[in-house]
Amino acid sequence: EFRRFSLERSKPGKFEEFYGLLQHVHKIPNVDVLVGYTDVHGDLLPINNDDNYHKAVSTANPLLRIFIQRKEDADYSAFGTDTVTRKKNVLSNVLRPDNHKKKPHIVISMPQDFRPVSSIIDVDILPETHRRVRLYKYGTDKPLGFYIRDGSSVRVTPHGLEKVPGIFISRLVPGGLAQSTGLLAVNDEVLEVNGIEVSGKSLDQVTDMMIANSRNLIITVRPANQRNNVVRNSRTSGSSGQSTESSLPSSAPNVLGNLQGEEESDEEDIVIEDSGEPQQIPKAAPTSESVESLSQIELLHESTQNGFLPSSEMNLNHSAGSISMEYEAPEPGRKSLEEDGTIITL
Amino acid sequence: MRRFLRPGHDPVRERLKRDLFQFNKTVEHGFPHQPSALGYSPFLRLMAIGTRSGAIKLYGAPGVEFMGLHEENNTVMQIHFIPDQCQLVTLLDDNSLHLWSLKQHGGASELREEHRFTLKGPPGSPPSATQVTAVLPHSSREVLYLGTESGNIFVVELPSFRVLEDRTITPEAVLQRIPEDNCNRRSCELVEVLREHPKNPDQILIGYSRGLIVLWDLQSNKATHHFLGSQQLENLYWQRDGSKFISCHYDGSYTQWPVSSDNRQSEPLENTVPYGPFPCKAISKIYWQTTKNGLPYIIFQGGMPRASYGDRHSISVIHGSQQTAFDFTSRVIDFFIIFSSDPAAEFDDPSALVVLAEEELVVIDLKSAGWPAVHPPYLASLHCSAITCSHHVSNIPLKLWERIISAGSKQNIHYSSMPWPIDGGTNIAPDPPQRDLLLTGHEDGTVRFWDASGVCLHLLYKLSTVKVFLTDADPNDNMNTLGEDEWPPLRKVGTFDPYSDDPRLGIQKIYLCKYSGYLAVAGTAGQVLVMELNDEDAEHMVDHAEADLLQDQEGYRWKGHEKLKTRDGPVRFEAGFQPFVLVQCQPPAVVTSLALHSEWKLVAFGTSHGFGLFDHQQKRLVFVKCTLHPSDQLALEGPLSRVKSLKKSLRQSFRRIRRSRVSSRKRRGGGGNASEVQEANAKFDQDALQEMELAPVQRKIEARSAEDSFTGFVRTLYFADTFLRDSSRHCPSLWAGTNGGTVYAFCLRVPPAERRMDEPVRAEQAKEIQLMHRAPVVGILVLDGRSTPLPEPLEVAHDLSKSPDMQGSHQLLVVSEEQFKVFTLPKVSSKLKLKLTALEGCRVRKVTVANFGSCKTDDYSENDLAVLTNLGDIQIISLPFLKLQIRYPCIRKEDVSGIASCVFTKYGQGFYLISPSEFERFSLSTKWLVEPRCIVDMPEVASNNHVHKSGTENAARKS
Repeated sequence: EFRRFSLERSKPGKFEEFYGLLQHVHKIPNVDVLVGYTDVHGDLLPINNDDNYHKAVSTANPLLRIFIQRKEDADYSAFGTDTVTRKKNVLSNVLRPDNHKKKPHIVISMPQDFRPVSSIIDVDILPETHRRVRLYKYGTDKPLGFYIRDGSSVRVTPHGLEKVPGIFISRLVPGGLAQSTGLLAVNDEVLEVNGIEVSGKSLDQVTDMMIANSRNLIITVRPANQRNNVVRNSRTSGSSGQSTESSLPSSAPNVLGNLQGEEESDEEDIVIEDSGEPQQIPKAAPTSESVESLSQIELLHESTQNGFLPSSEMNLNHSAGSISMEYEAPEPGRKSLEEDGTIITL
Repeated sequence: MRRFLRPGHDPVRERLKRDLFQFNKTVEHGFPHQPSALGYSPFLRLMAIGTRSGAIKLYGAPGVEFMGLHEENNTVMQIHFIPDQCQLVTLLDDNSLHLWSLKQHGGASELREEHRFTLKGPPGSPPSATQVTAVLPHSSREVLYLGTESGNIFVVELPSFRVLEDRTITPEAVLQRIPEDNCNRRSCELVEVLREHPKNPDQILIGYSRGLIVLWDLQSNKATHHFLGSQQLENLYWQRDGSKFISCHYDGSYTQWPVSSDNRQSEPLENTVPYGPFPCKAISKIYWQTTKNGLPYIIFQGGMPRASYGDRHSISVIHGSQQTAFDFTSRVIDFFIIFSSDPAAEFDDPSALVVLAEEELVVIDLKSAGWPAVHPPYLASLHCSAITCSHHVSNIPLKLWERIISAGSKQNIHYSSMPWPIDGGTNIAPDPPQRDLLLTGHEDGTVRFWDASGVCLHLLYKLSTVKVFLTDADPNDNMNTLGEDEWPPLRKVGTFDPYSDDPRLGIQKIYLCKYSGYLAVAGTAGQVLVMELNDEDAEHMVDHAEADLLQDQEGYRWKGHEKLKTRDGPVRFEAGFQPFVLVQCQPPAVVTSLALHSEWKLVAFGTSHGFGLFDHQQKRLVFVKCTLHPSDQLALEGPLSRVKSLKKSLRQSFRRIRRSRVSSRKRRGGGGNASEVQEANAKFDQDALQEMELAPVQRKIEARSAEDSFTGFVRTLYFADTFLRDSSRHCPSLWAGTNGGTVYAFCLRVPPAERRMDEPVRAEQAKEIQLMHRAPVVGILVLDGRSTPLPEPLEVAHDLSKSPDMQGSHQLLVVSEEQFKVFTLPKVSSKLKLKLTALEGCRVRKVTVANFGSCKTDDYSENDLAVLTNLGDIQIISLPFLKLQIRYPCIRKEDVSGIASCVFTKYGQGFYLISPSEFERFSLSTKWLVEPRCIVDMPEVASNNHVHKSGTENAARKS
């Protein structure tokens, strides 16, 4: 059954109030329900906290379609981006039960309570001895929780084996993001930070770079333990958004334009005008006057964003060979200003 | 980033960049750090100073200066000019000798090292055999006599440094003609001093450390006279006519000896202990200067009574019944006397005493009554009280310049009017293009105004803020109030005074408006003073206001220092900048940012708690804004400086220990024991160093959060007349940036001039921007419709700048330590950004807009950002497109205090401290370059007259 009601867009209020309102409108005061909405891409996304509720309201255009399911008989797998593709996968799972055998579907908790906290990326373009790890700091109150130190590593150079200075992970804080992912370990050598090689940089410089990128930190490491490396099954598999870069030699540095591009989007500053509500600062359209010599930068930025962003993020889900993603339950009821406008809420 | 810059860049722009930018370190201002040796050439009228780091600096007439650096970076022990030559020889503590010469090249003289040489003994001989202790450049200019620890005197040829072995003067040869009962081999250990006879170049006086003095004839190669001193010898000096000489000794005595042809073994004429009868310290150097009126000047270093004044650094001048012991606040390195250099003159007639102390140069006029000090035109002791901040103002209007000079001249009346006596060489540098002021704030609450236009950094005027406050120290406490009969007759000279009565007086921020003469200074205890230039003395009240930056925040307790107490009633101020408003921040935390708008008559100030705006016309606090995050306990409780000061004092005491260790190393002739100690020390140092290197250094990687400490710390304040609310009306505004990446903008309403006193200034918060990367905001700037930075207040009114373009849309540039961001105004949308830290791992430490002119054409100039990073690199970034133009390494990244001290000028020059007492000046501009350019010509030499005393004019440095 359908209900239609109006909300004041500028003052959405809290999720709990909204939840109450829904229960009231539908006259189901004591029934646990699962709330979802369709976003602009047609994806069914959950509403279960203040963040994604505000996001939902702010993206309403102008109508917001909200789906309510009884919690007991809810279909969790319906949620997510690329819902359409997912459904296909679900279907195929059903058709090919052997898939199930390999990985029995265990429902741990509601998927909408999860966020990505880390991922291994660019597996297809990196040497197998390296690992590129992305830590999603935003939206979690967990500290990144690791330390780095100076050290030396052995490299093959034209003059034979040579000891060169390097940067290593020296400590993982128990319970920190870095430790909880299991993707980083003490004595892993740090090779790149967000696509920038660290060789030749001092410990302090690398520290500053990591902190400057901390909201979306991508570290390329040579794991101290080389036994858990991802084994590439074939070149053709796992072509994700990143594979657009695969024309580059696999050792090429600075290929992470796409990653920087992504980072731009989750780093919007906030302005409060006349003591009003905090708002995300929009990007100014490049004016004609600034285009002359500046255009190069601007356009590249734009293109990296628009070109790679949508595909690189969530497509990773089904490219099983190259990607593993982990989820972590966020602590309920916590939020801070800077979460406004983050784009990824699964 | 790199890939954006690499291809497709514009060759026209590249060419233009070459015409605009160029990096040079041009000159070092101030006083050399850790001087270790002094030399003077009466012939060239140039003075040379050597340092512990191996630098050698020559100074003559103002603007004439040269610098050289020994590759070894070893301590310069002695400097000797070659008589009548543009050459000098240095002795380093590694026993190497270096010949430097001044040669003309491209129209200017340059100082170059020509040769180096280390004396080598026969194989198997101990190092002491060739350890040089005394150097005598002979007036023939052909040879150097080198006295050694072994007692041998070696002769080396110049400029080749070839040892003339057959001419070596051995102790055995010396002892041949001396009765054995008086002397033995040990009497000739260690040559302490060598002096050439003033009239007869074939005779040299040899002084051995144990007291034996021998007059040696170079022609006959034998000792003609010997003199048996009973005390350990420190130094010797000939009387001008060569009939007598004077020796000074370890026990604080000096002795006159006659040299007569008939008596080969003279008895002393007179033996005096000037500060006896109790045991005295050594007299390490002495001058005997004759005068027309018959009374000689006896000038000597040291000799103070050991028990009561053993810790003084003194030089005594005795002239007839007049006697003064000049008392220096730091160790005396060496001194010399400027006297008549005309060889035909009968008398010395000394005119000036030049003393190199560890921390300053002091020159005493010996001709004027009372022996006043001479104001040095260079070598200023920048650090007479530690420098706490600097501020540079370019292109000072002539009127203000003259008023500052006039105020300063009233402070300098106690100086001698004698022209600067060290006046060799000719300054051929073009006149400085403009009048520039460098203002330094000091720990003792003073602000010094330096003429930074040219090569000589010259003190114009000194401002003290102390008078406004009640401090523990009595302002009338004068160190020089010694009675008439006081003995010894000590007199404090010099300006170096590192002791601050009250660290709260320290100056932290300075802002001078060059058009109006308004000056704002702010200090360590939250004090903000607004001053006005007054050409006369005046007694008046200082209006006093308090700014409670915590407002109604409850439950916070300030555990830091108390605010300064103010003086009640009117205060008498001397001519110059006189305070009329005092604002005290509460809590009294150090003022971290300051801005003054002389046209609107407003002053803004910020601390770690918040910021405030004060109307100094109506003397009314307009508003305060607390920027504290409630969880920031550290900022609430007390100043960072408290923790720091403990650390600092610890560090200082270590430094003191280290220094004493160093000075013990410098002592020579101490025998085996000392060298063992030295070795042990060296080993200890090395071990400590190794240990430090082994300790694992690790860095925490953590995102910044709003809860971090000191996020509320106000880093920058900026006034702008811009479009804050809507694009049709612009209004005055105040911008503030914090350590936590927040930018606040306040819309101000300043009443028109005719109602300025009647209506209050109003302020209303219009915007708050939170940078998501949360890095400290270090610079805020508004660009006008033509993308030009807004002019300074009153700049347009004085026709010195085009009015800003108020038609086009304005842009806001926010510089954080990590990124540069351009936003549109009045609607804030992000337009452009340049990331620094994320890509390069460096952070912005200093940023300024600088105007760069082309060296090719006069009609092109542009504004760029000059940026200094924490790695010590300087980057020039274009405006408004934020493109990196060029990068120069400037300061070592380990030199944290150097980086922190850097100031940029408006025209692409800059200064930073290379030591507590020296500013390095650098230039990024091809057009504005201030560097020494001078010529030293050989003065006409009186033909064949070798009776110059120049060669004897240098004395061995004593520890």
